[in-house]
Amino acid sequence: MMLKYLVEKEFRQLFRNPFLPRMILMFPLMILLFLPLAANFEVKNINLVVVDNDRGSSSNALMNKITSSGYFHLIAVADNYREALTYIELDKADVLLEIPVSFEKSLIKEQSADVMISINAVNGTKGAFGRSYLAGIIGDFSSQLRIAWIGSGDRSPVPSFSTIGLFKFNPHLQYPVFMVPALMVMLMTMICGFLPALNIVGEKEKGTMEQMNVTPVKKFTLILSKLIPYWIIGFIVLTIGFIIARIAYGLFPVGDVYTIYIYSSVFILGISGFGLVISNYAKTLQQAMFMMFFFIITFIFMSGLYTPISSMPDWAQFISRFVPLRYMIEVLRMVYLKGSSFGDLITRLYALTGFALFFNGWAVLSYRKVS
Amino acid sequence: MNIVTTEKLTKKFGSFTAVDHISFQVARGEIFGFLGANGAGKTTAMRMLCGLSKPTSGTGSVAGFDIYRQTEDIKRNIGYMSQKFSLYEDLTVRENIRLYGGIYGIKEKEIKPRTDSLLDELGFLSEKNSLVKSLPLGWKQKLSFSVAVFHDPGIVFLDEPTGGVDPSTRRQFWELIYKAADRGITVFVTTHYMDEAEYCDRVSIMVDGRIDALDSPGRLREQYESKTMDGVFQHLARNATRQAD
Repeated sequence: MMLKYLVEKEFRQLFRNPFLPRMILMFPLMILLFLPLAANFEVKNINLVVVDNDRGSSSNALMNKITSSGYFHLIAVADNYREALTYIELDKADVLLEIPVSFEKSLIKEQSADVMISINAVNGTKGAFGRSYLAGIIGDFSSQLRIAWIGSGDRSPVPSFSTIGLFKFNPHLQYPVFMVPALMVMLMTMICGFLPALNIVGEKEKGTMEQMNVTPVKKFTLILSKLIPYWIIGFIVLTIGFIIARIAYGLFPVGDVYTIYIYSSVFILGISGFGLVISNYAKTLQQAMFMMFFFIITFIFMSGLYTPISSMPDWAQFISRFVPLRYMIEVLRMVYLKGSSFGDLITRLYALTGFALFFNGWAVLSYRKVS
Repeated sequence: MNIVTTEKLTKKFGSFTAVDHISFQVARGEIFGFLGANGAGKTTAMRMLCGLSKPTSGTGSVAGFDIYRQTEDIKRNIGYMSQKFSLYEDLTVRENIRLYGGIYGIKEKEIKPRTDSLLDELGFLSEKNSLVKSLPLGWKQKLSFSVAVFHDPGIVFLDEPTGGVDPSTRRQFWELIYKAADRGITVFVTTHYMDEAEYCDRVSIMVDGRIDALDSPGRLREQYESKTMDGVFQHLARNATRQAD
């Protein structure tokens, strides 16, 4: 019965807050609309400098192909490697392509030729993407040549093979498709993790918590009264996320929406419980904020949001098993992109339930009515 | 019949003894003044009685419940008003009363009429839907007290309830205390104001964590040959070694 009055109080306070309800609406909009577009791993405008020692028709064709790809911006054709390198040293170029003297000749005679790519690795991401794009374009170029030779028929067919990539579930490797579901998890984490923690510490600072502690309110009831509102808010935020994903990116889950809601309900409980644990140990808002930031940033980087977990070192992969976000991000991506069903993901549900029980149990135990 | 009994009640924080073996009783229905300089240990002693702080040693009971094991039972039977104003400032007067009424198990349909009669008595009816943060301090204190006794507890603990309030509001505040006492609520109040000590049935004076004097104001004045409680207090406090904080 007490719970009714306490939850009612939380909602009244929330809606009377001049800032929070607007924040809860604006936050998903900002994160989902701008982040996937701004923080895009697709690299464009890679500055390229070419050393063309051959100056034949083949090297010209290659250069045309590269510049017409749209990824590269040819800033100069240098006379020699040393000169080209100065562009990289001055940070004017990201990638250097050197075409050897006998490029066309070896292509015709030996049906193969080597080119050299040098990368400016100061901006590692740009360099790495530039290298792989360039390698792809060159590979494409060489297979076109082969087809042309086979077509002309005056040579014996050259035995060759090439790989054809087929990207399942996200055929065009679109960044938003991959990021939007994961960003929804980040949103739930920020809103449902931070707000209850800051709420409790705020009450500690104001002294209203002590007043609650001299009432017969049970620890469990009090904790529940802090959880329930943020649980509901979590659902609202998730729904807003679905709508934005649909309207802005044309994304909708291949799988069942209810699967996402059920898994999210457990996830939100866990992450809110985590926030409550922090709030029990923090005496001031400053302490609480700092602790939350530390853990949330760790969680985000270890969760596979930005970098795949499988490419992390073993110890980091091990740690990531203890990060609740990891499981929820997997669930959202798999339901959204692959259409995984409730049953396919059941081990994640066990993990999320474990986190929810662990953190909330800890929150109830560490909450002290008596000092 | 005593509502509060303590025997050698002690609280230590590390090597510092905040409350040093205090033993006293408070009778049901009395207004009990708990005096002492800043840092004498009043608030710590009160927090132990309210079940907010575990004693280091000694025994005690409040409203018939043990202060070690039955803190939750104690909490059902007491009211508490802390030194720091602690109603919810972003809730209205009515919402605060409703919240605490609900927490103490007052029936939903009783809360509204009781709220109205309380506010009528306080002359607050027009402020019923005002946010608490918009009220002047004196009103806040009166409201805070009224909320602490809204559920008719056996005893109410008041920690410096009139700090920073003007004399006429303090006067009104004490009228509220008398009204509550008339309803049979025992009042346990700490204060710095010696004129307020005169309003109490009995007062205890704490010095350095100990209770150095405990009697009715009249008898204390006689004993220490002083015309006022202020004189009694000065006489005792002069012996204090603890630095006020």
